[in-house]
Amino acid sequence: MTDDLTETAPWQGLRAFTHARLALGRAGVSLPTREVLKFAQAHAAAQDAVWTPADFGPLLEAWPDALELRSRAEGRAEYLRRPDLGRRLHPDSAAVLEPLAASAPDVLIVVGDGLSAAALRHAPALLCELLPLLDGLSVRLLLVHQCRVALADEAGELLGAGVSLILLGERPGLSSFDSLGAYLTFAPRVGRLDSERNCVSNIRPGGLELPEAARRTASLLRASLRRGLSGVELKGESAELLE
Amino acid sequence: MFQTRLGHIAYTFADLRELLGRASARKSGDELAGLAARSAGEREAARSLLADVPLQTLLDQPLIPYETDEITRLIVDGHDAHAFAPISSLTVGELRDWLLSSAPEQLAGVRGGLTPEMVSAVCKLMRSQDLMLVASRCEVVTRFRNTLGLRGHFSTRLQPNHPTDDPRGVLASCLDGLMFGAGDAVIGLNPALDSVDSCTGLLHLLDDLRQTLDIPTQTCVLTHVTNTLQAIDGGAPVDLVFQSIAGTQRANRGFGIDLALLDEAHAAALSLNRGSLGHNVMYFETGQGSALSADAHHGVDQQTCEVRAYAVARRYAPLLVNTVVGFIGPEYLYDGKQIIRAGLEDHCAGKLMGLPMGVDVCYTNHAEADQDDMDVLLTLLAASGVNFVMGVPGADDIMLNYQSTSFHDAWYVRELLHRPPAPEFAAWLERVGLTARGELSLPGAGTPLREALKQLGAGA
Repeated sequence: MTDDLTETAPWQGLRAFTHARLALGRAGVSLPTREVLKFAQAHAAAQDAVWTPADFGPLLEAWPDALELRSRAEGRAEYLRRPDLGRRLHPDSAAVLEPLAASAPDVLIVVGDGLSAAALRHAPALLCELLPLLDGLSVRLLLVHQCRVALADEAGELLGAGVSLILLGERPGLSSFDSLGAYLTFAPRVGRLDSERNCVSNIRPGGLELPEAARRTASLLRASLRRGLSGVELKGESAELLE
Repeated sequence: MFQTRLGHIAYTFADLRELLGRASARKSGDELAGLAARSAGEREAARSLLADVPLQTLLDQPLIPYETDEITRLIVDGHDAHAFAPISSLTVGELRDWLLSSAPEQLAGVRGGLTPEMVSAVCKLMRSQDLMLVASRCEVVTRFRNTLGLRGHFSTRLQPNHPTDDPRGVLASCLDGLMFGAGDAVIGLNPALDSVDSCTGLLHLLDDLRQTLDIPTQTCVLTHVTNTLQAIDGGAPVDLVFQSIAGTQRANRGFGIDLALLDEAHAAALSLNRGSLGHNVMYFETGQGSALSADAHHGVDQQTCEVRAYAVARRYAPLLVNTVVGFIGPEYLYDGKQIIRAGLEDHCAGKLMGLPMGVDVCYTNHAEADQDDMDVLLTLLAASGVNFVMGVPGADDIMLNYQSTSFHDAWYVRELLHRPPAPEFAAWLERVGLTARGELSLPGAGTPLREALKQLGAGA
């Protein structure tokens, strides 16, 4: 691809200030071929992140006690159309948890595919950073296919967990298709509102780095257990905590 | 109760709400809500029954009770019987025929007599070409520092978003857009941070840029109306008040607003008297699915809820109304076909209601859509006379994580359909050398834009 047929923009230096797609040049008034292809490749990576099935193998290998479960959404197409089904445990999975009912872990950690299975590759490293920071607390780990944030409410209620922390793939953007989001809910139970959660987002190398994400999440989690709440009321305090 | 037979199958619909839902074009949001037709036959049965419903019935039987919903009260109390007179005896099907055979001034004449429910209903009987043709006959012109919406013109919002609101990052995207002649509708930033202080800083940043380069346009930071009211109290340079709005009182409560708050914000913006050519001071955003998303749709289909939001908008004679059509995700609009349909519906419905409609032609990565679908919708809207679309660097919004239209896309429309920007802005482009006889051009070294680039450190 030569630049002979295209005009480059003489303000390339702007790219130092943002990773927006600036100074792309033009062929006539249209995008040069190389930019059309770069964009399409980024979109392909994002689509693949949405549609590739989750692989919990590495997590199961590292934490053999973890339980692999699924939501009521049968497959990706239904997951996308029916967010309500992704928020509830499949009856088979609920049955798996039944014997553990009222085991009452201090912390329930759910790892879910969310909208980006590609983000799961950061989950083992994030847990390796996070778990030592939860020293002294009992932890139960669940791995859930076709999972939405509120699924941790039902799972946490079944287990009688003190607080639930769900890590799942965020909606992929073109520039970041593999970000994890972490959502924390005190005393999880079905029907909790989003305003009762706290969130740490954009967790990935190059975004919010994993060690920092683990530190923030652990501080939020300990603050939540200490104060007996989560959500908007915890936000003010957590901002100070995180300074 | 509505009943009919198609072939040997009998269809029954309990009430108007059910009929409207079943008659809607297929959308995943109405399916999620259980309102959509359950078969193609049921949809056609509903459409044929809807065609025979008198407009007077839609006026007399509110879908959401008058007593409990202030948007219904706004619609009913604000209905203009005089404007309604020429169409008062028509059915929904006859209204479609009337719209297609009427001149622009007749369409403008009945605006105040059309309710959202009538407009939504008639759109359900219209094909894509009907939605486009009727929309193209509705000219809605608004003014603040330039003139937007003139027939044959096509404007863009410059959307310079940055994930951390970094001032240099925001300025960099602004300059990239200006070098492509974008931003006549507004230079409008979605802030990443939700604080009054941060938004005030951004308001000054954008206003300084506008004044330095003497651009005949307006700026906006798209934060919650309560933040903007505080910014106004603090003396910040607010051109336009922005707010997301929906079509039911409960959904608006989810946005943290009601009509009284919007009234207050509108009065505050007018009191600043910053517009040089006109006093359209509000910027609203909407989108099908927002009421369902807030669990506040009252069993009303998502298109009808959307048009009810336009009743809210028109109370304030806004400069800009933008339906962010593909942003909400595949649970409301599943794929390119549904996004295209919704975009054409919203544009036509908004224009019929007398609103300066723009469309954020966009999609998220979990929807079954791509750039080709956006090219189709952009072209259809431009041919229909849409007032404005977004201009995002490379079509990739790195803060909101979705794909919209690019500066290049706007020039594609200008080349294909010969649609210049707002006249005052087009004159500015010529004056500063960004265009030469309407063609995109590079201003010479030493000109104000090149100096602005140099100052920021672009090395131009």
